[in-house]
Amino acid sequence: MKPAPFDYVAATEMSEALDALHQGGTEARVIAGGQSLVPMLNMRLARPAMLVDITRIPELSRIEAKGDQVTIGAAVRQSALERWPDLADRLPLVRAALPWVGHAQLRNRGTVCGSVAHADPSAELPLCLIALGGNVTLRSRRKTRTVAARDFFQGMMSTDLAPGEMIVSVAFPARKDGTGFAFREVARRHGDFAIVACAATARPDGTATLAVGGVADTPATLDLPADMADLDDRLNEFAWHLQARDDLHATARYRRDLVRRLGHTTLKEALSCRD
Amino acid sequence: MKDTLDSPLVGRSVARVEDPALLSGRGRYIDDLPVAAGTLALAFVRSPHGHADIRSVDIDEAQRAQGVVAVITGQEVAARTRSMTVGVKADVDCWPMAIDRVRYVGEPVAMIVATDRYLAEDAADLVVVDYAPLGVVVDPVAALSEDAPVLHPSLGGNLINERRFRYGDPEAAFDAVPHRIGIDVTYPRSACTPIETYGVIASYEPGEDAYDVTANFQGPFSIHAVVARSLNVPGNRLRLRTPPDSGGSFGIKQGVFPYMILAGIAARVAGAPVKWIEDRLEHLSASVSATNRQTRIEAAVEADGRITALDWDQIEDCGAHLRAPEPATLYRMHGNMTGAYDIPNLAIRNRVVLTNKTPTGLNRGFGGPQIYFALERLMDAIARQLGLDRLEVIRRNLIPADAFPYRTASGALYDSGDYEAAMDRAVTEGGLAELYARRDKARAEGRRYGIGFACVVEPSVSNMGYITTVLTPEERAKAGPKNGAQATATIAIDPLGSVTVKVASVPQGQGHRTVLAQVVADKLGVPMAAVRVLADVDTMRDAWSIASGNYASRFAPAVAGATEIAATRLRDKLAKVAAAQLNIAPEDVSFAAGRIAAKGNPDNSLSFARVAATAHWSPGTLPDSVDQTLRETVFWSPPGLKAPTAEDGINSSLCHGFIFDFCGIEIDPETAEPKIDRYVTMHDCGRILHPAMVDGQVRGGFAQAVGAAFLEEYAYGEDGSFQSGTLADYLLPTVMEVPDPVILHHVTPSPFTPLGAKGVGEGNCMSTPVCIANAVADALAPEGKAPDIVLPVTAAKLAPRIFGDEPNPKNPVPETEVGPTTGGRKLTGEGRAVVKASRADVWQMLLDPATLDAIIPGSHGVQKISETHFKADVTLGVGPVRSRYKADIELSDLDPPNAVTLSGQAAGPLGTGGGHGRITLTDTEDGTEIAYRYEAEIGGKVASVGGRLLDGAAKVVIGEFFRALARHCGGSARSGLLARLIGLVDRIRKGGRS
Repeated sequence: MKPAPFDYVAATEMSEALDALHQGGTEARVIAGGQSLVPMLNMRLARPAMLVDITRIPELSRIEAKGDQVTIGAAVRQSALERWPDLADRLPLVRAALPWVGHAQLRNRGTVCGSVAHADPSAELPLCLIALGGNVTLRSRRKTRTVAARDFFQGMMSTDLAPGEMIVSVAFPARKDGTGFAFREVARRHGDFAIVACAATARPDGTATLAVGGVADTPATLDLPADMADLDDRLNEFAWHLQARDDLHATARYRRDLVRRLGHTTLKEALSCRD
Repeated sequence: MKDTLDSPLVGRSVARVEDPALLSGRGRYIDDLPVAAGTLALAFVRSPHGHADIRSVDIDEAQRAQGVVAVITGQEVAARTRSMTVGVKADVDCWPMAIDRVRYVGEPVAMIVATDRYLAEDAADLVVVDYAPLGVVVDPVAALSEDAPVLHPSLGGNLINERRFRYGDPEAAFDAVPHRIGIDVTYPRSACTPIETYGVIASYEPGEDAYDVTANFQGPFSIHAVVARSLNVPGNRLRLRTPPDSGGSFGIKQGVFPYMILAGIAARVAGAPVKWIEDRLEHLSASVSATNRQTRIEAAVEADGRITALDWDQIEDCGAHLRAPEPATLYRMHGNMTGAYDIPNLAIRNRVVLTNKTPTGLNRGFGGPQIYFALERLMDAIARQLGLDRLEVIRRNLIPADAFPYRTASGALYDSGDYEAAMDRAVTEGGLAELYARRDKARAEGRRYGIGFACVVEPSVSNMGYITTVLTPEERAKAGPKNGAQATATIAIDPLGSVTVKVASVPQGQGHRTVLAQVVADKLGVPMAAVRVLADVDTMRDAWSIASGNYASRFAPAVAGATEIAATRLRDKLAKVAAAQLNIAPEDVSFAAGRIAAKGNPDNSLSFARVAATAHWSPGTLPDSVDQTLRETVFWSPPGLKAPTAEDGINSSLCHGFIFDFCGIEIDPETAEPKIDRYVTMHDCGRILHPAMVDGQVRGGFAQAVGAAFLEEYAYGEDGSFQSGTLADYLLPTVMEVPDPVILHHVTPSPFTPLGAKGVGEGNCMSTPVCIANAVADALAPEGKAPDIVLPVTAAKLAPRIFGDEPNPKNPVPETEVGPTTGGRKLTGEGRAVVKASRADVWQMLLDPATLDAIIPGSHGVQKISETHFKADVTLGVGPVRSRYKADIELSDLDPPNAVTLSGQAAGPLGTGGGHGRITLTDTEDGTEIAYRYEAEIGGKVASVGGRLLDGAAKVVIGEFFRALARHCGGSARSGLLARLIGLVDRIRKGGRS
C-alpha cells in the first residue's frame, strides 16, 4: 500500500499552482487535505503523475462573508470553518452538517473545497452546497469562471472541473431572516459515509427544499410548495426516482425508507425553526 | 494503586508494568525492531480472482525493474518447500503460495524482493499473470452440491471431512418426548481485527542451512513444526522469535505462519534478510477470518421445557485451504456442545467444506460464537413454542451446582460452577425487573423493545488432543495419542538476587507481565518492582512446547499456574537455604517485605537478595538437599487433559467458565436502527487475579461481539469478489457504538488450576452476539415463531419488518427494475443516447476499430482480431481513480444495423471485469437513438475497496463512451433547451443497480 511515483509541487502562489496544473493536464491533481486522495494514492487507485499542493497559498485560506454569501477558500480546513465565529449565524445548515463529516481528526486536515472537488455522492458538504444553491469558482491559467453547484456535480466523483483548472473557492448563500434549516443523517457508524443524508431549507413563505445525499450519484433536490398536504406522496415519488441501489451497508429499499422518513422529519424541522 | 506489602498482590488491580512504555509510545512492535543492514522489502502479487487456473506468470519485466533483487513464483516456492501439513486425512496439498490455481481473492501468486517497499510494489504491478477464470462457490451449502465447482480436484468434491458422533441414546430420547424443536442458523464470516497487521522479518544462514524468523506470531507453537517441515529443515534449524509487544491478535496472528515460510524462502533466494509488513487490504482480504457456519440444531423437549437430547448438523466453511490447525474451530467446543445444560443424549454430524474464500483460522471465541448462536437461539425457540418464560426454560436445564465436576455427554469435565446462583444474582443485581418495566412501558407507547438472554459455558486451556477428534478412532490409533497442554515458566535469580520470570506466552496487551510479577512477588515476599518478566519467545533459547503461546484463554489458568508452581519450588528451596543460615527449620521461614525471616521472630532475618544469590557466590554453602537456586523451569500439563476415548469422548478444555447475559434493545421507529439500552454480563471465571484486567477482557470481548452483532462481515460476491477491503467497508465498532456493559462476577475457583483461575478472554464473543439476536427477535416478534436473525443485524435488514410494505410510486420509475437482489456485486445498468447520425453510420462506427479508438475515452489503441473480435488497451476510471486495462471484446447476435451484443473481459492492476451488453439502434426524427443495457461483474482490488462506488463509476465510464460517440457524430441530435432537457432526463435514466 505505497503510492506509485509522482512529482510533488508545493505551490506558494496561485500562479505557480496554475502553471503546474496547466503543464500536468489530465495527469495532475490538486492536493489539499488529502483525506480522500491519499488513501487512493496508497492503494494505487489513483496514479497522478503530479500532485499540486495548494495549502501554502495564502489567499486560499480565507473565509469571507461579503454581502449575501460566504466564500470559503480552497485551503480552508473543515475544522477552521467549524470554528469560524459567524458560522451559526451565517451558515446554520453547514454548522449542523459539519459534525457529520468524518471525525474531528479528518476535519482537521480535510478542506471544504476538497470535499466538493472529490464529489463523493455521500459527502455532506456538496449536499449543503446544493441545498443552499451555492456555487463553485474555478480558475485556470486562462480564465476564472463560477459554476452553480447544481451544474458542477455531474456524477459520482465527476465534476465540471476541466484539466488545468482548480477550485479556488466555494460560496454558500448566507442565512436570511425567516428561513429555517435542518440536517439529518443515517450512517452505519458515527462518521461513516452517509446511507442517506438530508438537508432542508425552509423559506419565509413556507416553501422548502429538501436535498438528499448518499442515494443518487449526486445530491438531489426536491422543491416543495407551502402547501404540504401531499408531502408524503411527493417524498415517495422522489425516493423512487432517485434510483437507489443496494450495497454492503444498506438496501435500496432502506434508502427509500430513509428518504421518506428522514426527509419528512428534516423538512418539518426546517420549517419549524424558521426565524 | 499503591502496592503495600502486607496484603497479597494477586487479586488487586495493581498498576500494569506494561503501561509506561505502551502509553508513552515506547512499545516495541515488530515494525519498530531494528533489522540487519541490507534487509530488503517484500511485497506480494495477489489473485484478483476467486477461482482461476494460472496459465502463466510472466516476471521478466518485474525482474528488470528498479531495485528488484528477486521475483519468486509459486512454482519456485514449491520447489524449495513441502506442502503444509493438513489436519485431516485427505488427498490435498496446502501451499503458502498458489502454484497452478488460485482459490480466493488475495491468494499470493508471486513475491517481489526489492530494496524498498515502494519499488517492490512498483515491480509487483509489472508481473503479468494470465488467468483462466473458473466457476466460483462461496456458500458452504452450495459447495456440497453435485454440480458445484470443485476447488481441489484431488478431493473429488468440496467436502474434506465428515464425522458423525453419538453420545447416550439420542434416538430413544427424541422418541420419548412430546416435542422435537429445531431451527436453522446461518453464522456469517467476521473476525476480530487487530490494529497491527502481520509482520515477518526473516533471514537464512546458508552455512547452517537455518532460518531465523521474527514474526508477530501468537502461537500455538505446534505451528513451529508445520513451518519447519514445510521449509524442509529440522526444528532446530528454524529459530522463531516474537517481538516484545504486539498490537493485538485475538487469534488472528496465528495465521501469519504461511508468510513465515514465504519470507524464509524469499530471504534464501534473495541472499539477504527480508521484512514484510502486511497492509490493511492484504489483512482484510487474505489474513484469516473466523469460519462461517450453517447449522441445523434440534432438541428433544419435555412438556415443561426440559431438554433430553440435542441433534446438531453443522456445515463448516474453512475457505479455500484447510490450514493448520483447522478444522479446529469446529472441534474446540466438542466437549461442551450441550452448553450450560444437563443434557445426557447428543448426536452431532460435522461436515467441513472448502469454498472460494480466505482460509480460516484462530479468532477470539474460536468456535464458541457459532455454537452458542445456534444453541441459545434454540432456547428462545423452545420457550416460544411451549409458551414458557425464557428464563424458566434456561433455569430448568442448567447443570445443578452439586453436579460439579460435571462430565458432559461428549466427554468434557466441567471443573466448577454454581450456574443458578450466578444467574439469580445477575437477575437481581443487574436489574432485570427494571428492564422488564422499561420494555412494558416502551411497548405500551408503541415502541419496539426486546429483551434477550444468553447462557454460555466458556472453555479455556485447550487440550491439544481435541483436534484429533476429527479423525476416526482407527485413524487416531494409527497416528498415536495427542493430548495435554504444556505450559512453561522459568524463574531465574541473578547474582544481585533479583528475580526474572520467563514464560512462552506471547501477550498481545493482556498484561501478562503484570500478573506474573504479582504472583511471584507474593510468593517470594518481594515488591513487584523486584520481579522482571519477559514474555516474548525465542525458540532457540527458551523453554517452550507445542502448546506455548497465547490462545484458548490459557494465560491465567495455565501460564500463571505454571509460574505459581515454579515460584513455589524456588521458594521451598530458598526456605531451606535460609533455614540453614538462620538456624531454624525450613517450615518456620517466612518471606515478606524483601526479607526472609524466622516466623514469629522478625529480628532473625536476612535480605531476600542475599539468600537468593547464595547459589551464585557460594554454592558450597548450600544445604545438601538443595541443588541450586539459580533457575527453576516448570513444565505443567493438566493431568485431566486426556486423548479422545475410543467412543470419541473428549475433555476438550481444562476449564469451563460460566456467563449469563441479558440485554434490552430498542429499535428506532424512524430509522430502524437497533440500539442497546442496557447490557448485563455475569461471569464466573474462577479466582480473579487482577480485577481491572478481567473487566478489561470482558469489555474488549464485548466490544468485538457488538461489532459482530451489528457491523462486521467479510462479504463476498457470488463471483468470489471480496467486498470488505477497507475499514470503511469492514466496520469495526468504535467507542460511539459500544455501550458500557454492567459487569458482574460470581466466583467458584477451579479445582484443576494452580491458582484457581479460569480463562476469561473470549466469553463475550460467544455470549453477546446471540444475546443481542435474542433481544432483537423479542423486539420484532414478542410471541409466536422466532424470526430468523442473521448477523450482522443492520437497520436495512430490520426495515421491512419495522416499516411494513413499501408504498409504490404513483408514476412509473423510468427503466428501473424493482426486485430482489442477488447479493452479488453484479452491476447492471441501462441508458440511452441520441446522436445526429443515421443508423447505418452508427453501426459502422461501432464496428470500426479506428473510430472506436478515436471515441473510446482513454483508448491507447483498438486492434481488430477478426470481424467480431477486438482487443483494446484503455485507461478507465472516474475522478482520480484511473487505471489501464487490457480488454478483449467479442461481438455476437449481430442484427445489422439494429442490434449487437458485446461481451468482454478486462484486466488491469486494479482488478478484473467481465460482462456483456446489448446495444440497440432505432431511428429518431433527425438521428439515431442508441439504447444500451449492461451487466458486469467487477473483481480484484477495485471491488474490495470501492464497492460502494462501483455502480456509479460504471455509469460514468459507459456514459463517457456514448457522450464521446455523440460528439463524434457531430453532437447531440437536438440542440438548445430541448437537448438540455433530454440530457437531464438521460442523466436520470442512465440508471444502474446492483
